[in-house]
Amino acid sequence: MIKTSPRRLAIDGDAVVKEALRRIEQPSRRLFLQRSLTLGGLSLLSGCAIVDEESAEHALMAVSRFNDTVQGWLFDPRQLAPTYPESMITRPFPFNAYYGEDEIRQVDADSFRLEVTGMVADKHAWTLPELQALPQTDQVTRHICVEGWSAIGKWGGVPFSNFLSRIGADTSARYVGFKCSDDYYTSIDMPTALHPQTLLTLSYDGQPLPPRYGFPMKLRMPTKLGYKNPKHIQVIFVTNTYPGGYWEDQGYNWFGGS
Amino acid sequence: MTDDTRPIHPAWLRATHWLNALAVVILAMSGWRIYNAAPFFDFTIPREITLGGWLGGAIQWHFAAMWLLAANGLAYLLCNAGTGRLLRKFFPLSPRAIVADLLAALRGRLSHADLHHYNAVQRAAYLLVMVDAVLLVLSGLVLWKSVQFPLLRELLGGYETARRVHFFAMAALVAFIAVHLAMVAVVPRTLVAMIRGR
Ligand code: HEM
Repeated sequence: MIKTSPRRLAIDGDAVVKEALRRIEQPSRRLFLQRSLTLGGLSLLSGCAIVDEESAEHALMAVSRFNDTVQGWLFDPRQLAPTYPESMITRPFPFNAYYGEDEIRQVDADSFRLEVTGMVADKHAWTLPELQALPQTDQVTRHICVEGWSAIGKWGGVPFSNFLSRIGADTSARYVGFKCSDDYYTSIDMPTALHPQTLLTLSYDGQPLPPRYGFPMKLRMPTKLGYKNPKHIQVIFVTNTYPGGYWEDQGYNWFGGS
Repeated sequence: MTDDTRPIHPAWLRATHWLNALAVVILAMSGWRIYNAAPFFDFTIPREITLGGWLGGAIQWHFAAMWLLAANGLAYLLCNAGTGRLLRKFFPLSPRAIVADLLAALRGRLSHADLHHYNAVQRAAYLLVMVDAVLLVLSGLVLWKSVQFPLLRELLGGYETARRVHFFAMAALVAFIAVHLAMVAVVPRTLVAMIRGR
Protein backbone atom coordinates (compact mmCIF):
# COMPACT_ATOMS: atom_id res chain seq x y z
CA MET A 1 0.00 0.00 0.00
CA ILE A 2 1.26 3.42 -0.89
CA LYS A 3 0.45 6.04 1.67
CA THR A 4 -0.60 9.32 0.19
CA SER A 5 -0.04 12.63 1.87
CA PRO A 6 -2.40 15.20 0.40
CA ARG A 7 -1.56 17.81 3.00
CA ARG A 8 2.13 17.96 2.14
CA LEU A 9 1.90 21.09 0.06
CA ALA A 10 -0.13 22.87 2.67
CA ILE A 11 2.24 22.04 5.48
CA ASP A 12 5.43 23.24 3.89
CA GLY A 13 4.47 26.88 3.56
CA ASP A 14 7.97 28.20 4.27
CA ALA A 15 9.56 26.20 1.51
CA VAL A 16 6.87 27.35 -0.89
CA VAL A 17 7.60 30.99 -0.13
CA LYS A 18 11.35 30.43 -0.47
CA GLU A 19 10.83 28.81 -3.82
CA ALA A 20 8.55 31.56 -4.96
CA LEU A 21 11.23 34.13 -4.16
CA ARG A 22 13.89 32.07 -5.90
CA ARG A 23 11.72 31.78 -8.97
CA ILE A 24 10.90 35.45 -9.05
CA GLU A 25 14.61 36.13 -9.05
CA GLN A 26 15.19 34.03 -12.18
CA PRO A 27 16.19 36.57 -14.83
CA SER A 28 14.74 34.68 -17.78
CA ARG A 29 11.23 34.56 -16.50
CA ARG A 30 11.43 38.08 -15.14
CA LEU A 31 12.13 39.26 -18.66
CA PHE A 32 9.35 37.16 -20.02
CA LEU A 33 6.85 38.60 -17.60
CA GLN A 34 8.05 42.11 -18.19
CA ARG A 35 7.40 41.69 -21.84
CA SER A 36 4.05 40.08 -21.46
CA LEU A 37 2.28 40.73 -18.21
CA THR A 38 2.56 44.45 -18.24
CA LEU A 39 1.16 45.01 -21.70
CA GLY A 40 -2.49 45.34 -22.46
CA GLY A 41 -4.30 46.59 -19.46
CA LEU A 42 -2.13 47.32 -16.49
CA SER A 43 -1.43 50.84 -17.69
CA LEU A 44 -5.13 51.19 -18.40
CA LEU A 45 -5.90 50.20 -14.85
CA SER A 46 -3.31 52.38 -13.22
CA GLY A 47 -3.75 55.50 -15.27
CA CYS A 48 -0.11 55.65 -16.25
CA ALA A 49 2.65 54.36 -14.04
CA ILE A 50 1.14 54.82 -10.62
CA VAL A 51 1.15 51.11 -10.01
CA ASP A 52 4.73 49.87 -9.95
CA GLU A 53 4.58 47.10 -12.50
CA GLU A 54 7.36 45.11 -10.96
CA SER A 55 5.76 44.95 -7.55
CA ALA A 56 2.46 44.02 -9.19
CA GLU A 57 4.24 41.07 -10.81
CA HIS A 58 5.79 40.05 -7.50
CA ALA A 59 2.43 40.19 -5.81
CA LEU A 60 0.75 38.15 -8.56
CA MET A 61 3.47 35.48 -8.40
CA ALA A 62 3.09 35.32 -4.63
CA VAL A 63 -0.68 34.83 -5.01
CA SER A 64 -0.03 32.11 -7.57
CA ARG A 65 2.17 30.30 -5.01
CA PHE A 66 -0.59 30.77 -2.45
CA ASN A 67 -2.99 29.21 -4.95
CA ASP A 68 -0.63 26.21 -5.25
CA THR A 69 -0.89 25.75 -1.51
CA VAL A 70 -4.68 26.06 -1.48
CA GLN A 71 -4.97 23.55 -4.32
CA GLY A 72 -2.72 21.07 -2.51
CA TRP A 73 -5.02 21.46 0.44
CA LEU A 74 -8.23 21.09 -1.62
CA PHE A 75 -6.89 18.05 -3.46
CA ASP A 76 -8.66 14.92 -2.25
CA PRO A 77 -6.65 11.82 -3.25
CA ARG A 78 -9.83 9.73 -3.27
CA GLN A 79 -11.91 12.12 -5.37
CA LEU A 80 -12.18 10.73 -8.90
CA ALA A 81 -12.60 12.74 -12.08
CA PRO A 82 -15.78 11.82 -13.98
CA THR A 83 -15.48 9.10 -16.61
CA TYR A 84 -17.53 8.94 -19.81
CA PRO A 85 -18.87 6.34 -22.26
CA GLU A 86 -16.73 5.82 -25.36
CA SER A 87 -19.51 7.30 -27.48
CA MET A 88 -18.66 10.69 -25.95
CA ILE A 89 -15.03 10.71 -27.07
CA THR A 90 -14.18 13.92 -28.96
CA ARG A 91 -13.22 13.07 -32.54
CA PRO A 92 -10.80 14.15 -33.73
CA PHE A 93 -9.16 14.79 -30.38
CA PRO A 94 -7.38 18.17 -30.64
CA PHE A 95 -3.61 18.40 -30.96
CA ASN A 96 -1.98 20.92 -28.65
CA ALA A 97 1.66 21.72 -27.84
CA TYR A 98 3.94 24.73 -27.57
CA TYR A 99 4.83 24.13 -31.24
CA GLY A 100 2.81 23.40 -34.37
CA GLU A 101 1.72 20.05 -35.77
CA ASP A 102 4.51 20.17 -38.37
CA GLU A 103 7.09 20.01 -35.58
CA ILE A 104 5.84 16.89 -33.83
CA ARG A 105 8.82 14.87 -32.57
CA GLN A 106 9.36 11.39 -33.97
CA VAL A 107 10.76 9.10 -31.28
CA ASP A 108 12.38 5.83 -32.34
CA ALA A 109 10.67 2.93 -30.57
CA ASP A 110 13.60 0.51 -30.66
CA SER A 111 16.29 2.77 -29.26
CA PHE A 112 13.91 4.40 -26.77
CA ARG A 113 14.83 4.14 -23.08
CA LEU A 114 12.87 5.70 -20.25
CA GLU A 115 15.32 7.00 -17.65
CA VAL A 116 14.33 6.96 -14.01
CA THR A 117 16.41 9.03 -11.59
CA GLY A 118 16.37 10.84 -8.26
CA MET A 119 14.91 9.38 -5.10
CA VAL A 120 14.17 5.90 -6.47
CA ALA A 121 15.65 2.50 -5.55
CA ASP A 122 15.75 1.01 -9.06
CA LYS A 123 17.31 3.32 -11.62
CA HIS A 124 17.47 0.96 -14.55
CA ALA A 125 16.30 2.44 -17.86
CA TRP A 126 13.11 0.95 -19.28
CA THR A 127 12.59 -0.27 -22.84
CA LEU A 128 9.19 0.09 -24.44
CA PRO A 129 8.44 -3.68 -24.41
CA GLU A 130 9.27 -3.76 -20.68
CA LEU A 131 6.74 -1.01 -20.04
CA GLN A 132 4.15 -2.67 -22.28
CA ALA A 133 4.54 -5.88 -20.24
CA LEU A 134 3.31 -4.15 -17.07
CA PRO A 135 -0.39 -4.49 -16.14
CA GLN A 136 -2.42 -1.90 -18.07
CA THR A 137 -5.74 -0.19 -17.60
CA ASP A 138 -7.66 2.45 -19.55
CA GLN A 139 -10.07 5.27 -18.86
CA VAL A 140 -12.23 7.76 -20.74
CA THR A 141 -11.85 11.16 -19.13
CA ARG A 142 -12.12 14.86 -19.87
CA HIS A 143 -8.97 16.75 -20.76
CA ILE A 144 -9.31 20.39 -19.67
CA CYS A 145 -6.99 22.95 -21.23
CA VAL A 146 -5.81 26.07 -19.44
CA GLU A 147 -7.27 27.98 -22.39
CA GLY A 148 -10.72 26.87 -21.30
CA TRP A 149 -11.69 24.26 -23.90
CA SER A 150 -12.08 20.63 -23.00
CA ALA A 151 -12.21 17.34 -24.90
CA ILE A 152 -12.92 13.75 -23.94
CA GLY A 153 -10.38 11.06 -24.78
CA LYS A 154 -9.48 7.48 -23.96
CA TRP A 155 -6.04 6.75 -22.61
CA GLY A 156 -4.55 3.40 -21.61
CA GLY A 157 -1.42 2.51 -19.69
CA VAL A 158 0.17 1.73 -16.37
CA PRO A 159 -1.30 3.26 -13.20
CA PHE A 160 1.48 5.66 -12.23
CA SER A 161 1.35 4.70 -8.54
CA ASN A 162 2.09 1.07 -9.55
CA PHE A 163 5.01 2.24 -11.62
CA LEU A 164 6.34 4.38 -8.77
CA SER A 165 6.18 1.48 -6.35
CA ARG A 166 7.87 -0.79 -8.91
CA ILE A 167 10.84 1.55 -9.19
CA GLY A 168 10.94 1.95 -5.41
CA ALA A 169 10.19 5.66 -5.48
CA ASP A 170 10.39 7.51 -2.19
CA THR A 171 6.77 8.62 -2.06
CA SER A 172 7.49 10.94 0.82
CA ALA A 173 9.34 13.15 -1.69
CA ARG A 174 7.52 16.29 -2.76
CA TYR A 175 7.82 16.26 -6.54
CA VAL A 176 7.91 14.05 -9.57
CA GLY A 177 9.58 15.75 -12.51
CA PHE A 178 9.47 14.97 -16.24
CA LYS A 179 11.84 15.74 -19.10
CA CYS A 180 10.56 15.14 -22.59
CA SER A 181 12.11 14.58 -26.01
CA ASP A 182 10.39 17.71 -27.33
CA ASP A 183 12.30 19.74 -24.70
CA TYR A 184 9.14 20.17 -22.71
CA TYR A 185 9.45 19.72 -18.96
CA THR A 186 7.09 19.87 -16.04
CA SER A 187 6.60 18.57 -12.52
CA ILE A 188 3.78 17.49 -10.26
CA ASP A 189 3.07 17.03 -6.57
CA MET A 190 3.38 13.54 -5.07
CA PRO A 191 -0.31 13.23 -4.01
CA THR A 192 -1.38 13.72 -7.64
CA ALA A 193 1.32 11.31 -8.83
CA LEU A 194 -0.25 8.66 -6.57
CA HIS A 195 -3.86 9.45 -7.54
CA PRO A 196 -5.65 6.31 -8.83
CA GLN A 197 -6.47 7.96 -12.19
CA THR A 198 -2.92 9.12 -12.89
CA LEU A 199 -1.77 6.92 -15.78
CA LEU A 200 1.57 6.48 -17.53
CA THR A 201 -0.21 6.11 -20.85
CA LEU A 202 1.10 4.08 -23.77
CA SER A 203 -2.07 4.00 -25.85
CA TYR A 204 -4.75 6.32 -27.15
CA ASP A 205 -8.21 4.99 -28.04
CA GLY A 206 -6.92 1.40 -28.11
CA GLN A 207 -3.98 2.18 -30.45
CA PRO A 208 -0.33 2.74 -29.52
CA LEU A 209 -0.02 6.39 -28.54
CA PRO A 210 0.46 8.24 -31.86
CA PRO A 211 3.26 10.87 -32.13
CA ARG A 212 0.74 13.73 -32.06
CA TYR A 213 -0.47 12.63 -28.64
CA GLY A 214 3.02 12.01 -27.27
CA PHE A 215 4.59 8.72 -28.46
CA PRO A 216 5.92 6.73 -26.77
CA MET A 217 4.30 7.86 -23.54
CA LYS A 218 2.39 10.62 -21.84
CA LEU A 219 1.48 11.12 -18.22
CA ARG A 220 -2.28 11.52 -18.16
CA MET A 221 -3.94 13.13 -15.14
CA PRO A 222 -7.65 13.96 -15.36
CA THR A 223 -7.11 15.94 -12.14
CA LYS A 224 -4.79 18.43 -13.83
CA LEU A 225 -4.90 20.89 -16.73
CA GLY A 226 -3.43 19.88 -20.09
CA TYR A 227 -0.05 21.62 -19.72
CA LYS A 228 0.63 19.51 -16.62
CA ASN A 229 0.33 16.30 -18.72
CA PRO A 230 3.77 15.81 -20.35
CA LYS A 231 4.09 14.00 -23.68
CA HIS A 232 7.12 12.20 -25.20
CA ILE A 233 8.46 11.53 -21.69
CA GLN A 234 12.14 10.61 -21.60
CA VAL A 235 13.14 11.07 -17.96
CA ILE A 236 11.12 10.68 -14.79
CA PHE A 237 12.73 11.85 -11.55
CA VAL A 238 11.65 12.00 -7.94
CA THR A 239 12.93 14.96 -5.96
CA ASN A 240 12.43 17.40 -3.11
CA THR A 241 13.84 20.27 -5.15
CA TYR A 242 11.24 22.24 -7.07
CA PRO A 243 11.74 21.39 -10.76
CA GLY A 244 9.41 23.99 -12.32
CA GLY A 245 8.06 23.53 -15.82
CA TYR A 246 8.10 24.98 -19.32
CA TRP A 247 4.94 27.04 -18.91
CA GLU A 248 5.10 27.26 -15.15
CA ASP A 249 8.42 29.12 -15.34
CA GLN A 250 6.72 31.69 -17.54
CA GLY A 251 3.83 32.31 -15.19
CA TYR A 252 1.30 29.49 -15.47
CA ASN A 253 0.18 28.25 -12.09
CA TRP A 254 2.36 25.35 -10.97
CA PHE A 255 -0.26 23.11 -9.33
CA GLY A 256 -2.61 23.48 -12.32
CA GLY A 257 -5.20 21.16 -10.82
CA SER A 258 -8.89 20.79 -11.54
CA MET B 1 -38.20 62.30 6.64
CA THR B 2 -34.53 63.01 5.99
CA ASP B 3 -32.35 62.78 9.04
CA ASP B 4 -29.06 64.44 8.18
CA THR B 5 -27.14 63.14 11.19
CA ARG B 6 -27.55 59.52 10.15
CA PRO B 7 -24.93 58.37 7.61
CA ILE B 8 -26.55 57.21 4.39
CA HIS B 9 -24.00 54.40 3.98
CA PRO B 10 -22.02 52.94 6.90
CA ALA B 11 -18.24 52.79 6.47
CA TRP B 12 -18.11 49.00 6.10
CA LEU B 13 -20.56 49.24 3.20
CA ARG B 14 -18.55 51.90 1.41
CA ALA B 15 -15.33 49.94 1.89
CA THR B 16 -16.78 46.67 0.64
CA HIS B 17 -18.56 48.42 -2.25
CA TRP B 18 -15.37 49.96 -3.63
CA LEU B 19 -13.25 46.88 -3.04
CA ASN B 20 -15.91 44.94 -4.89
CA ALA B 21 -15.86 47.40 -7.78
CA LEU B 22 -12.07 47.00 -8.01
CA ALA B 23 -12.28 43.20 -7.94
CA VAL B 24 -15.06 43.13 -10.54
CA VAL B 25 -13.18 45.38 -12.97
CA ILE B 26 -10.03 43.23 -12.70
CA LEU B 27 -11.99 40.00 -12.99
CA ALA B 28 -14.03 41.14 -16.00
CA MET B 29 -11.07 42.50 -17.94
CA SER B 30 -8.78 39.54 -17.23
CA GLY B 31 -11.69 37.15 -17.79
CA TRP B 32 -12.19 38.58 -21.27
CA ARG B 33 -8.55 37.83 -22.07
CA ILE B 34 -9.03 34.26 -20.84
CA TYR B 35 -12.19 33.95 -22.96
CA ASN B 36 -10.20 35.07 -26.00
CA ALA B 37 -7.85 32.09 -25.61
CA ALA B 38 -10.71 29.73 -26.54
CA PRO B 39 -13.82 31.73 -27.49
CA PHE B 40 -17.03 29.72 -27.72
CA PHE B 41 -18.92 32.41 -29.61
CA ASP B 42 -18.18 34.05 -32.95
CA PHE B 43 -16.52 37.03 -31.36
CA THR B 44 -13.49 37.85 -29.27
CA ILE B 45 -13.09 40.78 -26.90
CA PRO B 46 -10.92 43.64 -28.19
CA ARG B 47 -7.44 43.24 -26.71
CA GLU B 48 -7.30 46.89 -25.65
CA ILE B 49 -9.91 46.42 -22.96
CA THR B 50 -8.47 43.17 -21.60
CA LEU B 51 -6.03 42.82 -18.72
CA GLY B 52 -2.95 40.63 -18.42
CA GLY B 53 -1.30 40.87 -21.83
CA TRP B 54 -1.16 37.12 -22.39
CA LEU B 55 -3.14 34.14 -21.11
CA GLY B 56 -0.76 33.41 -18.22
CA GLY B 57 -0.83 37.02 -17.05
CA ALA B 58 -4.62 37.24 -17.33
CA ILE B 59 -5.00 34.07 -15.28
CA GLN B 60 -2.71 35.48 -12.60
CA TRP B 61 -4.86 38.61 -12.33
CA HIS B 62 -8.07 36.60 -12.40
CA PHE B 63 -6.96 34.09 -9.76
CA ALA B 64 -5.74 36.89 -7.49
CA ALA B 65 -8.84 39.11 -7.78
CA MET B 66 -11.12 36.11 -7.21
CA TRP B 67 -9.96 36.02 -3.58
CA LEU B 68 -10.75 39.71 -3.18
CA LEU B 69 -14.22 39.25 -4.70
CA ALA B 70 -15.02 36.18 -2.61
CA ALA B 71 -13.65 37.44 0.73
CA ASN B 72 -15.01 40.95 0.31
CA GLY B 73 -18.36 39.68 -0.97
CA LEU B 74 -18.65 37.35 1.99
CA ALA B 75 -17.83 40.21 4.38
CA TYR B 76 -20.49 42.38 2.69
CA LEU B 77 -23.16 39.68 2.85
CA LEU B 78 -22.37 38.78 6.47
CA CYS B 79 -22.39 42.41 7.62
CA ASN B 80 -25.50 43.12 5.62
CA ALA B 81 -27.43 40.13 6.93
CA GLY B 82 -25.93 40.26 10.43
CA THR B 83 -26.85 43.88 11.10
CA GLY B 84 -30.37 43.40 9.76
CA ARG B 85 -29.60 46.00 7.09
CA LEU B 86 -30.36 43.53 4.29
CA LEU B 87 -33.95 43.09 5.50
CA ARG B 88 -34.40 46.74 6.32
CA LYS B 89 -33.04 48.19 3.09
CA PHE B 90 -34.14 45.67 0.49
CA PHE B 91 -37.49 44.45 1.82
CA PRO B 92 -40.43 44.46 1.52
CA LEU B 93 -40.26 43.98 -2.21
CA SER B 94 -43.13 43.06 -4.51
CA PRO B 95 -43.38 42.72 -8.28
CA ARG B 96 -46.13 45.33 -8.24
CA ALA B 97 -43.90 47.84 -6.45
CA ILE B 98 -41.09 47.17 -8.95
CA VAL B 99 -43.41 47.83 -11.91
CA ALA B 100 -44.87 50.94 -10.27
CA ASP B 101 -41.43 52.40 -9.49
CA LEU B 102 -40.12 51.48 -12.92
CA LEU B 103 -43.03 53.33 -14.59
CA ALA B 104 -42.56 56.29 -12.28
CA ALA B 105 -38.83 56.35 -13.06
CA LEU B 106 -39.51 56.29 -16.80
CA ARG B 107 -41.86 59.24 -16.41
CA GLY B 108 -39.20 61.03 -14.39
CA ARG B 109 -41.42 61.08 -11.34
CA LEU B 110 -39.37 58.98 -8.95
CA SER B 111 -38.20 60.89 -5.91
CA HIS B 112 -34.52 60.81 -4.93
CA ALA B 113 -34.96 63.17 -2.01
CA ASP B 114 -34.09 60.57 0.63
CA LEU B 115 -30.95 58.63 -0.23
CA HIS B 116 -31.42 56.49 2.90
CA HIS B 117 -34.16 54.73 1.05
CA TYR B 118 -33.83 52.47 -2.02
CA ASN B 119 -36.82 52.37 -4.37
CA ALA B 120 -38.20 49.01 -5.50
CA VAL B 121 -36.24 48.97 -8.76
CA GLN B 122 -32.97 49.58 -6.90
CA ARG B 123 -33.85 46.89 -4.37
CA ALA B 124 -34.54 44.37 -7.12
CA ALA B 125 -31.43 45.28 -9.11
CA TYR B 126 -29.11 45.13 -6.10
CA LEU B 127 -30.56 41.82 -4.89
CA LEU B 128 -30.25 40.34 -8.37
CA VAL B 129 -26.65 41.42 -8.72
CA MET B 130 -25.86 39.86 -5.33
CA VAL B 131 -27.32 36.55 -6.53
CA ASP B 132 -25.49 36.94 -9.84
CA ALA B 133 -22.17 37.48 -8.06
CA VAL B 134 -22.73 34.34 -5.98
CA LEU B 135 -23.46 32.43 -9.21
CA LEU B 136 -20.26 33.82 -10.73
CA VAL B 137 -18.21 32.65 -7.77
CA LEU B 138 -19.81 29.19 -7.72
CA SER B 139 -19.47 28.63 -11.48
CA GLY B 140 -15.91 29.94 -11.28
CA LEU B 141 -15.22 27.40 -8.57
CA VAL B 142 -16.42 24.63 -10.92
CA LEU B 143 -14.14 25.89 -13.71
CA TRP B 144 -11.16 26.09 -11.37
CA LYS B 145 -11.72 22.83 -9.46
CA SER B 146 -14.22 20.76 -11.42
CA VAL B 147 -12.93 17.46 -10.02
CA GLN B 148 -12.85 18.56 -6.39
CA PHE B 149 -16.44 19.91 -6.31
CA PRO B 150 -18.49 17.17 -8.00
CA LEU B 151 -21.87 18.19 -6.54
CA LEU B 152 -21.49 21.80 -7.62
CA ARG B 153 -20.22 20.65 -11.03
CA GLU B 154 -23.25 18.44 -11.64
CA LEU B 155 -25.64 21.13 -10.37
CA LEU B 156 -24.23 23.50 -12.97
CA GLY B 157 -24.52 20.90 -15.73
CA GLY B 158 -20.88 19.82 -15.97
CA TYR B 159 -17.67 21.64 -16.90
CA GLU B 160 -18.67 22.88 -20.35
CA THR B 161 -22.08 24.15 -19.23
CA ALA B 162 -20.48 25.85 -16.24
CA ARG B 163 -18.28 27.79 -18.70
CA ARG B 164 -21.40 29.21 -20.34
CA VAL B 165 -23.05 29.89 -17.00
CA HIS B 166 -19.93 31.79 -15.92
CA PHE B 167 -19.93 33.79 -19.16
CA PHE B 168 -23.62 34.74 -19.03
CA ALA B 169 -23.38 35.64 -15.35
CA MET B 170 -20.48 37.92 -16.31
CA ALA B 171 -22.58 39.46 -19.10
CA ALA B 172 -25.44 40.10 -16.66
CA LEU B 173 -23.03 41.75 -14.23
CA VAL B 174 -21.61 43.97 -16.97
CA ALA B 175 -25.14 44.95 -18.02
CA PHE B 176 -25.93 45.81 -14.41
CA ILE B 177 -22.81 47.97 -14.16
CA ALA B 178 -23.76 49.88 -17.33
CA VAL B 179 -27.22 50.72 -15.96
CA HIS B 180 -25.79 51.30 -12.48
CA LEU B 181 -23.28 53.86 -13.76
CA ALA B 182 -25.94 55.57 -15.88
CA MET B 183 -28.15 55.92 -12.81
CA VAL B 184 -25.27 57.30 -10.76
CA ALA B 185 -24.67 59.84 -13.53
CA VAL B 186 -28.33 60.87 -13.37
CA VAL B 187 -28.23 61.36 -9.58
CA PRO B 188 -24.59 62.27 -8.79
CA ARG B 189 -25.43 62.95 -5.13
CA THR B 190 -25.56 59.15 -4.63
CA LEU B 191 -21.90 58.94 -5.62
CA VAL B 192 -20.91 61.52 -3.02
CA ALA B 193 -22.86 59.55 -0.43
CA MET B 194 -21.19 56.29 -1.47
CA ILE B 195 -17.79 57.93 -1.00
CA ARG B 196 -18.28 60.17 2.05
CA GLY B 197 -21.12 58.30 3.70
CA ARG B 198 -23.54 61.22 3.69
C1 HEM C 1 -17.16 51.14 -10.67
C2 HEM C 1 -18.06 52.01 -10.56
C3 HEM C 1 -19.21 51.98 -9.59
C4 HEM C 1 -19.76 53.12 -9.11
C5 HEM C 1 -19.36 54.56 -9.48
C6 HEM C 1 -20.82 52.72 -8.20
C7 HEM C 1 -21.60 53.60 -7.51
C8 HEM C 1 -22.58 53.25 -6.59
C9 HEM C 1 -23.38 54.17 -5.82
C10 HEM C 1 -23.27 55.67 -5.95
C11 HEM C 1 -24.22 53.45 -5.04
C12 HEM C 1 -25.30 54.02 -4.10
C13 HEM C 1 -26.58 54.03 -4.87
C14 HEM C 1 -27.66 54.78 -4.16
O1 HEM C 1 -27.42 55.33 -3.07
O2 HEM C 1 -28.76 54.83 -4.71
C15 HEM C 1 -23.96 52.07 -5.27
C16 HEM C 1 -24.58 51.02 -4.64
C17 HEM C 1 -24.41 49.69 -4.96
N1 HEM C 1 -23.54 49.20 -5.95
FE1 HEM C 1 -22.23 50.28 -7.03
N2 HEM C 1 -20.89 51.36 -8.16
C18 HEM C 1 -19.91 50.86 -8.98
C19 HEM C 1 -19.64 49.52 -9.22
C20 HEM C 1 -20.42 48.47 -8.72
C21 HEM C 1 -20.22 47.10 -9.03
C22 HEM C 1 -19.15 46.55 -9.98
C23 HEM C 1 -21.17 46.41 -8.36
C24 HEM C 1 -21.47 44.94 -8.30
C25 HEM C 1 -21.01 43.99 -8.91
C26 HEM C 1 -21.94 47.33 -7.61
C27 HEM C 1 -22.98 46.97 -6.77
C28 HEM C 1 -23.67 47.83 -5.97
C29 HEM C 1 -24.65 47.40 -4.99
C30 HEM C 1 -25.07 45.96 -4.71
C31 HEM C 1 -25.10 48.57 -4.34
C32 HEM C 1 -26.06 48.63 -3.17
C33 HEM C 1 -25.22 48.32 -1.95
C34 HEM C 1 -25.99 48.34 -0.67
O3 HEM C 1 -26.64 49.34 -0.35
O4 HEM C 1 -25.91 47.32 0.06
N3 HEM C 1 -21.46 48.58 -7.85
N4 HEM C 1 -22.95 51.97 -6.23
